[in-house]
Amino acid sequence: MKLIIAIIKPFKLEEVKEALAAAGIEGMTVTEVKGFGRQKGHTEIYRGSEYTVDFLPKVKVEIAVANDAAGKAVDTIVKAAKTGKIGDGKVFVLPLEEVVRIRTDERGESAV
Amino acid sequence: MNKTRKPSLRFLIAAGLALLASLSAFAQTASPTAPLPPPPTPKDSEVLQSMGAYFQNTDPSAAFAAYKDKDGNLPKGFTAPTLGVAGPGHNGWMMTSAALVLFMTLPGLALFYGGLVRTKNVLSVMAQCLGIAGLVTILWWAFGYSLVFGKNFGSAFLGGSEFFFLRGVDSAPNADYGAWVSHNVFAMYQLMFAIITPALIVGAIAERMKFSAVLLFVTVWMFVVYFPLAHMVWGVTGLMNGVWNSGAAIKAIDFAGGTVVHMSSGWSALILCLILGPRLGFGKTPMPPHSLVLCMVGTGMLWVGWYGFNAGSAVAADGVAANAFTTTTLATAVASFTWAALEYLLRGKASVLGFCSGAVAGLVVVTPACGFITSSLSVPLGIIAGAVPFFACTKLKPLFGYDDALDTFGVHAIGGTLGALLTGLFARNAANANLATNLKDKVTDAFGQPLVIEQLKAIGLTLALAVVSTVVIAYVVKAVVGLRPTVESEQEGLDLSDHGEEGYIYEAKA
Repeated sequence: MKLIIAIIKPFKLEEVKEALAAAGIEGMTVTEVKGFGRQKGHTEIYRGSEYTVDFLPKVKVEIAVANDAAGKAVDTIVKAAKTGKIGDGKVFVLPLEEVVRIRTDERGESAV
Repeated sequence: MNKTRKPSLRFLIAAGLALLASLSAFAQTASPTAPLPPPPTPKDSEVLQSMGAYFQNTDPSAAFAAYKDKDGNLPKGFTAPTLGVAGPGHNGWMMTSAALVLFMTLPGLALFYGGLVRTKNVLSVMAQCLGIAGLVTILWWAFGYSLVFGKNFGSAFLGGSEFFFLRGVDSAPNADYGAWVSHNVFAMYQLMFAIITPALIVGAIAERMKFSAVLLFVTVWMFVVYFPLAHMVWGVTGLMNGVWNSGAAIKAIDFAGGTVVHMSSGWSALILCLILGPRLGFGKTPMPPHSLVLCMVGTGMLWVGWYGFNAGSAVAADGVAANAFTTTTLATAVASFTWAALEYLLRGKASVLGFCSGAVAGLVVVTPACGFITSSLSVPLGIIAGAVPFFACTKLKPLFGYDDALDTFGVHAIGGTLGALLTGLFARNAANANLATNLKDKVTDAFGQPLVIEQLKAIGLTLALAVVSTVVIAYVVKAVVGLRPTVESEQEGLDLSDHGEEGYIYEAKA
């Protein structure tokens, strides 16, 4: 099993969600986060005081998938979240040891 | 942390309030009654002439000069429908104006300043505005009004004791200040100025001064700086009241309080912020305004309320008020646009804070001038009012590095001083006929008129009084209660450490 963590532009969330659903991948956890990579922040000026804001708002999407679905999930996210401009985000794929569905106590891939 | 308040302090506050309440009993003195000879009856033509004074905003008793004794007093028991009563229009406008000036502080200034601080200090600024409103009202009622607008001290520097506890200040007009405005309305109107002036200082010391220290500082400052200065500028026996006091040593003019309100608070604010030192982390951690939305809402209230401040300073709903209303509008709008235009030219973007700052700067600069300049001169005044404080806030402050948190100095001290000077250059007889009463040789309708020198003297005196007094008061307050909260309190925010509450709670706490 794999845990896929995607950091994407906030306005791309809806497209990513719909593309994943169309690809048969259901369920996700979404968090509003801040961060930066190569995209620069912006400057705010209040009268004589100037502040640089490095951290930009992003959305973090986490999904757990079975091993054979991981490739398709990553491709779907990348395709849906891409604008081609700097700041589109990143996708991380991590090995996932165990998944438990709390309601039924199912374990492993059937719980994903 | 101040969780265990000293019982002695609590007792002192309670005792002080009780003392004030008992002293107020002296305000109720019965007037002696004596049998009177039958007074003369005025002729209809004289009464009609007296009513005409209502439209001219002049003294209604002048029509009955024939009955006056050699001291100018009418016989006891002499009555006419125009004597001892307020004129409805003038009185109505002054009550409206008083409410408008209070609206400038509560909530105008509280929102303007509240929006500019960080989330954790929003309530502290509002509490300081509210605390000052209550505190200054008590001081004004007990002593302040009399010290400013009384005259039995016969002094150019301080008024008198005859109106302590507002004794005798009732609904009949006081001809010294407004022939057709109730004396109590005039006292309440002037109270609102006394409230907003120390509240302006809050901007420079925001986010880092203890509530107790703010209130103690303001109490002493009112007696040492505001009451004397207001008397000097507006009292009939005042040292700098060039318009109405023919014996004024400095023949300066200040229509609505450029020196009294803005210079005094602005320069005191700078000194207090220097003695206090910068906020923790100033220059290292970002301290952006937490809500420019609140700030903009407050600015709008300030602008609207300022009509009471400026046009109301005519103490009548007359032509002088109408002119002040017009010049205030033009100068403010032009200054707001100028500030934002400079931002656009120099940085590429016009900001909401820029429009707001320019509007307030315009209001400050036009304050001393509004009733003395023509509408055509209010436009260049507005341009200068937008430009000079803009450079003070954006260039001067970073250059010297003082932490004038919300730019009280840049806007009010610089703007107030500039306004006093421009009033000297721009005052014109065409705008206000009262300039011809005592200032014929000072106002010659040219930019280089002698009035400019008088204005410079007033600026010097105001600056010296504000700066020297603030140094002394600040160190006294520091020695008595201390100025700053603990490092932990300041980091936590004054809302929690001084007031035990938070401005924003979006979710119920577990």
